[in-house]
Amino acid sequence: MVEVRLRVNGTDEPLDIQPQVSLLDALREYLGLTGTKKGCDQGACGACTVLADGERINSCLALAVQYEGREITTIEGLDHPLQGAFVRHDGFQCGYCTSGQICSAVGMLAEHKDGMPSAVTKQASGGELSAAEIRERMSGNLCRCGAYNGIVGAIQEVAR
Amino acid sequence: MRTFSYVSAPDVETALRAVAGEPNAKFLGGGTNLVDLMRENIERPDVVVDISRLPLTEVEELPGGGVRIGALVRNSALAAHPLIRTRYPVLSQAILCGASAQLRNMATVGGNLLQRTRCLYFYDGASACNKREPGSGCAAIGGFTRNHGVLGVSEHCIATHPSDLCVALAALDAEVEVESTRGTRRLPLSEFHRLPGSTPHVETALAPDELITAVELPAPVTERSRYRKVRDRASYAFALVSVAAALDVGDGTVTAVRLALGGVAPKPWRAVEAERVLLGAPATEEAFRTAAEAELAAATGQDGNTFKIELARRTIVATLRDLLSDGSAA
Repeated sequence: MVEVRLRVNGTDEPLDIQPQVSLLDALREYLGLTGTKKGCDQGACGACTVLADGERINSCLALAVQYEGREITTIEGLDHPLQGAFVRHDGFQCGYCTSGQICSAVGMLAEHKDGMPSAVTKQASGGELSAAEIRERMSGNLCRCGAYNGIVGAIQEVAR
Repeated sequence: MRTFSYVSAPDVETALRAVAGEPNAKFLGGGTNLVDLMRENIERPDVVVDISRLPLTEVEELPGGGVRIGALVRNSALAAHPLIRTRYPVLSQAILCGASAQLRNMATVGGNLLQRTRCLYFYDGASACNKREPGSGCAAIGGFTRNHGVLGVSEHCIATHPSDLCVALAALDAEVEVESTRGTRRLPLSEFHRLPGSTPHVETALAPDELITAVELPAPVTERSRYRKVRDRASYAFALVSVAAALDVGDGTVTAVRLALGGVAPKPWRAVEAERVLLGAPATEEAFRTAAEAELAAATGQDGNTFKIELARRTIVATLRDLLSDGSAA
């Protein structure tokens, strides 16, 4: 066992866990924060996306022990205009990917503001976030219900 | 996932000492490949040495116009770095064509060099695989081969190296710096990855106790460089074929060219034959096609991947044509 002190949504969370426990399992199974979802558990779907010091990551491929000292934010710790926008735009059907989508979108908007380029951006960044940009920058989050139009609409509304 | 003993290394020395004399130890960087492979029971280390806190996160300009990239620089930080975007646009573009934003925020440069194939038979514990279980055979040969290689493969393994970043590094003449308790050495990226031959499980020239500490790029031959990736979906998919290219032209003649291919070989494939044909040749689509044909002359396809041979030729031509027409930066 390893002693780990995670900081999640502004609270210190001391844990005694095996080193192979993922950040995702630590959040869900040890801290009861089940808003973050386990989809593929192999970094292919994005349902487990959380923020570490404001950067979006796949918590399924993160060992909890590696994230000691980092500020983890999950959907339970967010109070963001995107949440209402997803409801208004029908940005989901079953809802399973939604917490990951929203955490990812929060990280994405910050990246875009900081000038992070993308495979779609031809010029140095800044400027408007087009639908094509949003689709590229959000490609790490799959929605098997296919609510992509609503997701893009919700993000565009908040980005404006 | 099997359990293991966990060591968090605050500095390089501690990390190197932790693996010295420990035959079944693994360094853990961003975790995006290793954690997955451990969960699949393909990697089963007894000791995991967490190197994610090592101070190897700088991108530094070198005298002479080159750049030194710390092994723990995250993919996203490297792609966004002004030095990389202006001098090595092909590298920034290659990174941004790979994985997803979440994975790029986690994944490191050193780890990218060591990522393992995404061959489905390698991942499937019930299939024969000479990489996973030396001597067991190769289920991919005669199987579903859409994602497999056509250059540098052997009768023992046809898996491809999955990286985009490494394809750009191959075109840019990158050198890899590695360290162990025995000292520091450097090797060209072209010698870092091994072809499968009869030992597909031996993938790199790295000894088990050696740590990648940096990747260095010489000054670029030209800032006119590009990455083009062809894949089954528009984003977040591995390459069927990709091309990293740099091209300089004077008086209608090719004065400098660098070409590397991804998705077609067990290692990032530097297209030396095509470069040889192109250097000094007229910068025309016809010459690009001749060079592409020379590079792919030795290619061999299976039923499901023969299309890659023509796709690679066309992608080489298209990338060079794009560079000729605009040479735009990232």
